[in-house]
Amino acid sequence: MKKEMKMEFSSQSENEGFARVAVGAFIAGLNPTVDELADIKTAVSEAVTNAIIHGYDQKEGKVWITCEIDGQDVEICVIDNGKGISDIDKAREPLYTTKPDLERSGMGFTFMEAFMDEVWVASAVNQGTRVTMKKRIERA
Amino acid sequence: MEHKFERETGTLRVQMPKELDHHSAETLRQETDALLIKYPVRSIVFDFQDTVFMDSSGIGVILGRCRNLKFAGGQALAVHLNQQIQKIFQVSGLHKIIEVML
Repeated sequence: MKKEMKMEFSSQSENEGFARVAVGAFIAGLNPTVDELADIKTAVSEAVTNAIIHGYDQKEGKVWITCEIDGQDVEICVIDNGKGISDIDKAREPLYTTKPDLERSGMGFTFMEAFMDEVWVASAVNQGTRVTMKKRIERA
Repeated sequence: MEHKFERETGTLRVQMPKELDHHSAETLRQETDALLIKYPVRSIVFDFQDTVFMDSSGIGVILGRCRNLKFAGGQALAVHLNQQIQKIFQVSGLHKIIEVML
């Protein structure tokens, strides 16, 4: 049977740490390696940071995370109803950032792709963004 | 943030936070920039001894400080990287821009 978790939190940077630790705790039962756990936490942190900085422009909003465990497969969705992404392909390019003034490196999506097996992005301008990430945790 | 400035060599050693993400990056940026104004820094050492987590937000801060210092003829070094942080450096290409000593 699938295991599911859903959480909602306000778009404050303090919650970035909370979000990645909560997801890490939820998947702990799969006995991930230190590396696998670090990969997932980094990917979650990137998606949540994007929602806060870009989705909501650091203003008030809500971020949702759903997490599903099916056997050894983990699927994580990070959702906001912020301003959305007009050009998803461009946003996913390494080093591309709309906020160089904040010293953003433009590596967020690159990290998600490097650390997870699959990453999908669905977005609509002024409606929000949903990032779905999958990773298989190898059986110990 | 803990730091140490060696006047003889002009070396500023900055202790990186336990979790280097968007939240902590902002404070780190402000505090480091204040130190770079305060001291005649010739090289900066980012010490990751206490750091257990870093994401791409950390890259921007390091890169920004590096750029400013290198522009002025200075040097930058990152030390005591754990495995996760080494991976972050490699995936981002940061290890080609800043000298790394484990």
